Amino acid sequence: MSKKILLDKINVPGIKTYEVYRREGGYASVEKALKTMTPDEIVTEVKNSGLKGRGGAGFPMGMKWSFIDKKSGNPRHLVCNADESEPGTFKDRYLMEYMPHLLIEGMITASFALEAHLSYIYIRGEYMWVYKILENAIKEAYAAGWLGKNILGTGYDLDLHVHVGAGAYICGEETALIESLEGKRGNPRIKPPFPAISGLWANPTVVNNVESIATVPYIVNNSGAEYAKIGTEKSTGTKLISASGHVKNPGVYEIELGLSVYEFMNSDEYLGGMLDDRPLKALVPGGSSVPILPAHLIYKTANGDDRLMSYESLSDGGFATGSMLGSGGFIVYNDTSCIVRNTWNFARFYHHESCGQCSPCREGTGWLEKVLHRIETGHGREEDIDLLWDIQRKIEGNTICPLGDAAAWPVAAAIRHFRDEFEYHVRFPEKIKNRDHYVAEPFEKVKHLVAKQTV
Amino acid sequence: MKVTIDGQTIEVAPGTTILQAARMIGGESVPPTMCYYSKLKGSGGKCRACLVEVAKGSEADPRPMPKLMASCVTGVMDGMEVNSIKSERVTEARKSVTEFLLINHPLDCPVCDQAGECDLQNLSFKHGKSQTRYIEEKRTFEPEDIGPNIQLHMNRCILCYRCVMVADQLTDNRVHGVMDRGDHSNISTCISKAIDNEFSGNMIDVCPVGALTDKTFRFKQRVWFNKPYNAHRECKTPGCCGKTTVWMFGNEIQRVTGRKDEFHEVEEFICNECRFDHKDTKDWVIEGPRKFEKDSVINQNNYTQKLDTVVIETEKGILKGRDQDRKKISMPAIPLKREEQEAFKEGNI
Amino acid sequence: MEVSHIKQEINMTEALMQRINELLSHYPADKKKSALLPVLHDVQDAHDNWLSIELMDKVAEILEIKPIEVYEVVSFYTMFNRRPIGKFMFEFCQTSSCCLRGAENLIDYTCDKLGVKLGETSADGMFEVKAVECLGACGYAPMLQLGDFYKENLTKEKIDQLIEDCKEGKISLH
Repeated sequence: MSKKILLDKINVPGIKTYEVYRREGGYASVEKALKTMTPDEIVTEVKNSGLKGRGGAGFPMGMKWSFIDKKSGNPRHLVCNADESEPGTFKDRYLMEYMPHLLIEGMITASFALEAHLSYIYIRGEYMWVYKILENAIKEAYAAGWLGKNILGTGYDLDLHVHVGAGAYICGEETALIESLEGKRGNPRIKPPFPAISGLWANPTVVNNVESIATVPYIVNNSGAEYAKIGTEKSTGTKLISASGHVKNPGVYEIELGLSVYEFMNSDEYLGGMLDDRPLKALVPGGSSVPILPAHLIYKTANGDDRLMSYESLSDGGFATGSMLGSGGFIVYNDTSCIVRNTWNFARFYHHESCGQCSPCREGTGWLEKVLHRIETGHGREEDIDLLWDIQRKIEGNTICPLGDAAAWPVAAAIRHFRDEFEYHVRFPEKIKNRDHYVAEPFEKVKHLVAKQTV
Repeated sequence: MKVTIDGQTIEVAPGTTILQAARMIGGESVPPTMCYYSKLKGSGGKCRACLVEVAKGSEADPRPMPKLMASCVTGVMDGMEVNSIKSERVTEARKSVTEFLLINHPLDCPVCDQAGECDLQNLSFKHGKSQTRYIEEKRTFEPEDIGPNIQLHMNRCILCYRCVMVADQLTDNRVHGVMDRGDHSNISTCISKAIDNEFSGNMIDVCPVGALTDKTFRFKQRVWFNKPYNAHRECKTPGCCGKTTVWMFGNEIQRVTGRKDEFHEVEEFICNECRFDHKDTKDWVIEGPRKFEKDSVINQNNYTQKLDTVVIETEKGILKGRDQDRKKISMPAIPLKREEQEAFKEGNI
Repeated sequence: MEVSHIKQEINMTEALMQRINELLSHYPADKKKSALLPVLHDVQDAHDNWLSIELMDKVAEILEIKPIEVYEVVSFYTMFNRRPIGKFMFEFCQTSSCCLRGAENLIDYTCDKLGVKLGETSADGMFEVKAVECLGACGYAPMLQLGDFYKENLTKEKIDQLIEDCKEGKISLH
């Protein structure tokens, strides 16, 4: 068994409740932080831990904290991003549902480090029952004296509330989340200014993912150096992976970073291999926006090294032959799945979720979806493949927020690695009319029809 | 602070944006703007038409910026070097933005009152192509009546948000906004409420396209057949400068607008009374002709060119066309000869 | 924006107003607008799961903001309904992982079983089937959202049972 620091107590009966959580040593980091540490010491520990933000972008958390403006004297806020919406990702929900107090403990300790006195957890509206669990847990924490005025007699005040969204993927982008928290449409803001200078109600604000904040208690209790011993040099610590698709045991797993993809996929401790033992065709390792990997690049990198579950190994080879760890949304595809259909599916998602503010994303995501839908339903033209490539290229990098990139990358990667499947759809429309076309006849069997002819 | 744009260096005050600096330099390097409006706080950053390349961040940190930056919302740093029209990456991006803005646009310029003073026309003239790669069905919206003075054509809107900002910043009760999201975002009141605030007419002037036009001017005239004059009147509306441009046809005032500068921004906002209720020349003190930039189509009919009397030597029935031409153009059953076909394709017919 | 002209009876009960005041207490006194999303959820729940213009105007009045600010927000987020909806709305996730595990076939099955088209309310107003984007339950696919809860690892048999339970009033939505 590998090291677990977030889910180590998940199986303790009643860990959802305050009493059990506290009895198991919960809230120790709050006591330690408030009574024996200064805010800056905590920031230093988090920096030393090497922890990268677990929401997807992987920005070093300690550095993000150190950017917060403490000089202006404006009130500061910590906002927890629990708007988990990246397709393939469902880890934060698991953590919040089963260990709500771990997140609250992290929020208190982290708020103290940032010298914030009013903090929020922004949770997506569809997780309504988890919202209610958190609301109750916060009430318990208030009742037990962990929140409110003069916590533990140290003079530190903190109010913490949970705020509920209402259905918008874009609110996972931190400035859109802040807009939404202000009661507005979830339109990402133009940066700069960054939230660390001007965030919620124009006050200095840090936005961190649930998993990142839930890691803070361990770092405070055990030191950043101790945390950095877990995982690899560049990818310290553990990571929650949400596994779904064609595997035997889908679900949420805490892994030590650096575990091999092969072991994660096949060992009984984790995914237990492919569903119905069908062949592995493709993998999206970090949520829908990261590039899809074809079978031959999953277990080994292009150099022939073992592919590991770490930031550096998953991105080895760049976009040409690698991908990204992203949010840890691990989606596995077997030979019955259609890459064109799946790419259309993702494109539809981004089209639906674009806020509509900037032109490349507003117009481009819809265009991508329409062209992909035509190809998938047998109305594609040969030139559509190059057209798709060109549209995604024109969206990428030209938008206000990363949603444009997120919409472009999956299309680019699918064409890069699975161009022959697109050609097959265009040239044999009658064969793909049925949406389950590869169930009866996997692409492997018909691949020769679009193979390059050599004379 | 020193900034260099397309090789031209200028000294600017801290807090200046790249776009403002470029406008000070003027000429070809000024990026096009579809959403930024210097008189509206918080505008800009959305259309992405003004993207530029920052080749050198600053003297202190000379690294180039990896992404193209929206020049209207990016501040100048000392020693910054920017490429605008000189960069292929930039012109490529402008072409992309133009294409994106046009794929769902109705392209109904022939019946659009904005034609001739439309920023989207200008953008596509400069960065657009004459063909489209978009073969899907265009997006359309249900028409909405927003009152007797302003005509809303949502299909033409590019979502610059300027009209929303006008309502927010010039009026005390905004009744319209952006509804829905993504490519179905639309300007609406939701309840077909008349937008009748005293300054609402400025929404027409700030609209870069024909999405908001003047109902009192609707279908009256192509703008280049009007003669624009600067005019003013003693306006009693608090906050209104009373300084306008009146658009004349003969002795008739067909339209009143704010005075627009070379970037098509009004110098000052005007009230609805000035705009809609005073179409009599007696109401105005005419100051003189309003000048426009030299390549504007509005100059087609301006006072700087002497108007020669044109005598049209007509054959009998010329307006109907010659018989043989009419047959060929309207009757596919009578095919064109090969060389005629060629000429037709090239647009020489 | 899609707007319904059906008259909605507005009933801001004491319990609802109490809840709204509790939500308002979570934000600084001069930032009432921040409570908009949570307040709309509770108001919608208390009014047959939809929001008429009149109801949105009422919310604007309580939060001291302009009605248009409420319309803009309601139309942006997918969880606010702007017309009366079926009492039991089955919101199937239709994004990647759910499709890999058969969501599309299950949606068709459910529509056939209920005799409705996707996005339509059944004649008796009891049911509605909707396809939505990723709900964050990819590992438990296929799945649907019903009221405040998720129904996961679905099969045709489970759908049959769920429909029965709805008809027999065994399902609570909140």
